[in-house]
Amino acid sequence: MRLAVLETEKCVGCQSCMFACSRRVGEAGLARSCIGVRSIGGMERGFSVVVCRACSDPPCAKVCPTGALVPREGGGGVRVLADKCIGCGHCQKACIIGAVYWNDETNKPMICLHCGYCVDFCPYGVLGMQKREVENVEE
Amino acid sequence: MLKNDSLENVLSINLTRRTFKVERRPDLFERYLGGTGVATQLLHEECPEGCDPLGPDNPIIFAVGILTALFPLASKTVSMFKSPLTGNLGESHCGGRSAVAIRMAGYGAIVIKGSSSMPVYLSIEGNQVHFRDASTLWGMGNFSSGRIIRENEPGSGLRTIMRIGKGGEKLITYSCVTTETFRHFGRLGLGAVFGSKKLKAVVVSGKSSLPIADKKLYRALYDEVYKSAVDSPVMKKYHDLGTAENIVPLNKFGGLPTRNLQDAQFENASKISGETFARQYLGRRLACSHCPVGCIHIAALREAYEDVSYFFKTSMISYDYEPIYALGTMLGISRPADFLKLMDRVEEAWGVDAMSLGVILAWATEAFEKGLITQEETRGVKLKWGDVKAYIKAGGYIIDQPNDFYKALARGVEYAASVYGGEDFALSFGGNEMPGYHTGPGAHLGVLIGTRHSHLDNAGYSLDQKTLVNKKMKPEEVIDALLAEERWRQILSSLTVCFFARGIYSPELVTRLLAVAGFDLSEGDLERIGREIHAEKYRFKVREGFALDAVRLPKRIFETDSPVSYLDETYIKKALAYAQKTIWKELGREG
Repeated sequence: MRLAVLETEKCVGCQSCMFACSRRVGEAGLARSCIGVRSIGGMERGFSVVVCRACSDPPCAKVCPTGALVPREGGGGVRVLADKCIGCGHCQKACIIGAVYWNDETNKPMICLHCGYCVDFCPYGVLGMQKREVENVEE
Repeated sequence: MLKNDSLENVLSINLTRRTFKVERRPDLFERYLGGTGVATQLLHEECPEGCDPLGPDNPIIFAVGILTALFPLASKTVSMFKSPLTGNLGESHCGGRSAVAIRMAGYGAIVIKGSSSMPVYLSIEGNQVHFRDASTLWGMGNFSSGRIIRENEPGSGLRTIMRIGKGGEKLITYSCVTTETFRHFGRLGLGAVFGSKKLKAVVVSGKSSLPIADKKLYRALYDEVYKSAVDSPVMKKYHDLGTAENIVPLNKFGGLPTRNLQDAQFENASKISGETFARQYLGRRLACSHCPVGCIHIAALREAYEDVSYFFKTSMISYDYEPIYALGTMLGISRPADFLKLMDRVEEAWGVDAMSLGVILAWATEAFEKGLITQEETRGVKLKWGDVKAYIKAGGYIIDQPNDFYKALARGVEYAASVYGGEDFALSFGGNEMPGYHTGPGAHLGVLIGTRHSHLDNAGYSLDQKTLVNKKMKPEEVIDALLAEERWRQILSSLTVCFFARGIYSPELVTRLLAVAGFDLSEGDLERIGREIHAEKYRFKVREGFALDAVRLPKRIFETDSPVSYLDETYIKKALAYAQKTIWKELGREG
């Protein structure tokens, strides 16, 4: 299963998902959030919800020089092997949607686990859990 | 307090010297929680007695609270300053992304003093403060300046951009500060205080973490608050139609001020109701950061250019109950598109308080009808109920101030009427233009005794609708009820909880939420703190010359029938005398 952004037009920008993501690891605030909501050049135009979309052949893992990012079986994104990661930041540059967030304390990437905790805190059905779609769908 | 909580950091910025420093002030936050409570103390510390509201000594204070970024709906920032409109306590609240951004940048409060010699904007990014040249932005409206700053500063999705429009630059005493395009520090003229300091905007961003000790309890309490927020019928009301939902019931009730309160019912209310706007114009709903409700309603207005075919302008314009009252019913405007066109100017280009402007234009229209002013004063504008073109023209002149008349209008209705007459129908209370409620004595007493002369100080309009309309209360009882409500609201605004969530944030819940944030306070403690903050605000007001027995009562409120039959001058005066005695006693003064 993967976390999917089902309907961005319904997003009101409350950022409850962002707070949920940090709370998942027991923290209040936003420092640990792996999901981001920002306006598309002004709130009047709506929002984009930026989170790992569990690519089938993830560029972030492909560019990792130490093999610290491992694609999950069943298409649930990537795992970060903290002891292998050297904090080079290549993964962040490789993700063209900006879904590799950064932990400034550990100097390592933070990437959505596709656990679905945030889904329960989206009041408008923007987020949902989805079975992995057919590979390489054109969107 | 949470261990090492950055809330106790107060960032002080001096625009004259271009310096900044951070002081740790646990004393303030432990005693006054944050928001209103802390801002009031900072105002006492930073605002010299009798200072010019538009001089460099007047501080701009922003404060957030303990629960900000911890729990949903603690989403407001409190601003405090000396008001250029009333010459007294200035306090205005705003949501958007402001509260979360300030807390996540690592501050509980920000104080801005001094004055820049050239236009600047401040970029506050965590522990860095940049003073940026804003010469290019000077003269720009809300949308454009917001867009340019957005493109030049980091922190997308994690920042607030507070800015002023032309109204603030031109020191209009009721100009506002806008955040995130559609939210405002609307009342009492913070925009002019920005303008007087040549401060065009303040950007704040941050992404930090708050050190919770009991993580399990925190999550459980969070779920409880979140669930009651999304399940509450009140929240549904605010999400569905927004505050504009109140137009129809208030009109039916007979408490909707119309045409400068010559009437309290508007025959065309249904044409500019929340239902009509939702059906015909609603383009998007937005939320403040960390609030699942999403009460912000944005209309999409599509207008054709008159001179060329197939060119359209689509404007996104926010609407709420109060602007519909002030720029709609008060001006006799019954076409929704006309209201939106005027609102667009107010919000985008002018950057002034919609409520004050509407009341001022309503007074001017009646004064024009009565011959107190003529086309000589108005520069040829024929002010007429419902004539939006005339109102747009007059509004533009208020911003540009081409003659003494418009200069007077730029200082508020109290001042304009003191020059041109018509004080009996100049609808301001304590110097602040009236809100949209002629529901009975509760509403008017509420704004008269309220520390910032706002309907949200103590919700007297609600007391009218829920109690006074059915049951006669003595003036003293009304004052006691209003004071009790206002004291409790000092706790909510010190925790920066949105007043729309007041039904959820009960004293009992608040004590439990504070416990997880490291504050051991009982309901009794909260009552004591609320009372103290209220008194501290009044202490400032009295210091600056405010007295309840000296407030002006516009005769109009006694001339137009309200739903509560016993709204008369004797009743109001009796109530005010009692309020003065009670509050002054609290301050240890003779009434």
